[in-house]
Amino acid sequence: MNCPECDAKLNIPEDASVGEIISCPDCGADFEISKKEGSNIELKQAETVGEDWGE
Amino acid sequence: MTDVTILYDSIRWEEKSLLEAGKKKNINIQMVDCKKLALDLEKKPEDYGVVIQRCVSYYRNLHATAALEGLGVKVINCLNTGVFAGNKLFTHMLLKKFGVPTPDATVAFSKDAALEALETNGYPKVIKPTVGSWGRLISKLNDKESAEGIIESRETMYPIYQIHYLEEFVKRPPRDIRAIMVGDKIVAAIYRNSEHWKTNMSLGGTAEPCKVTQEMEEMCIKAKNAVQGDIVGVDLMESEEKGLVVHEVNNTTEYKNTVRVCGVDIPSLMLDYALKVER
Ligand SMILES: Nc1ncnc2c1ncn2[C@@H]1O[C@H](COP(=O)(O)OP(=O)(O)OP(=O)(O)O)[C@@H](O)[C@H]1O
Ligand SMILES: [Mg+2]
Ligand SMILES: [Zn+2]
Repeated sequence: MNCPECDAKLNIPEDASVGEIISCPDCGADFEISKKEGSNIELKQAETVGEDWGE
Repeated sequence: MTDVTILYDSIRWEEKSLLEAGKKKNINIQMVDCKKLALDLEKKPEDYGVVIQRCVSYYRNLHATAALEGLGVKVINCLNTGVFAGNKLFTHMLLKKFGVPTPDATVAFSKDAALEALETNGYPKVIKPTVGSWGRLISKLNDKESAEGIIESRETMYPIYQIHYLEEFVKRPPRDIRAIMVGDKIVAAIYRNSEHWKTNMSLGGTAEPCKVTQEMEEMCIKAKNAVQGDIVGVDLMESEEKGLVVHEVNNTTEYKNTVRVCGVDIPSLMLDYALKVER
């Protein structure tokens, strides 16, 4: 599957699950796996870092 | 029956490795996306087991813990830890009370009061939001001019940013220490080296294993107990003047880099702890 932003090839691990964040190796954009049925994967733009995010 | 629930809002390496460790151990582990959760506060929920709170959003984390703990579910860490460790001033007061060395600090409740305190106590100082992480909005105040500008810019922000928490600038080697505590033990610790005075990994710091000393472990146990934590990340600096000082305790600590450089299976140790903790 390719990056929706820059079309680079995304490395999505076999065992990736819904909710997991995938980063594009080329442009650095973050995507969240929104759906996964077998090898059929849908991505959505990951939530950008929230103001209250942290450790 | 669920043994352990990982409550998350984003699956990072940390959360994924917890799930994998759980599968390896053959325990019933459940992943719950907090963003999809609606909790009936009038009814005890079934089947959570022990919850490991991993939400990256501070407010979501705190409120989900309050709800679940209130409903009788064991959450790691507990609500008090979320409140205490989530706030640098609250943590400061508790560290002092428990005899843990920590940088000296002043709190001022307006721009003018802050500038006056700075005039009296001198520069440089570090200004930190009492609630916040990843080094965001933490600034070094070198002199009056920079302080005026930085404090001025906070006047229009959310009210929490008008609580001016001012810390002594600690002279130390170009690094700090992150110690991961699981119960009363430092399971691994790293130096976070950086050219920048803020050594956060999220700001480009590099990690290197740090040898745990008895002194360090004793301090970290006290710091963890001060905020009533179970599993926490304690941040320390090696002050030239005071020796080791604790500057914060992290309620939902990251540990990816610690696992990577120390080779300690932290997720697995976290699960062992969660399984034997009293519910
Ligand atoms: N008083 C100080 N003097 C010198 N350096 C400091 C001081 N306080 C913090 N630092 C540096 O700035 C970094 C960020 O500070 P601190 O850990 O308090 O903030 P944070 O945003 O909560 O970080 P974290 O991501 O660890 O939760 C520290 O890792 C340390 O390198
Ligand atoms: Mg820190
Ligand atoms: Zn891309």
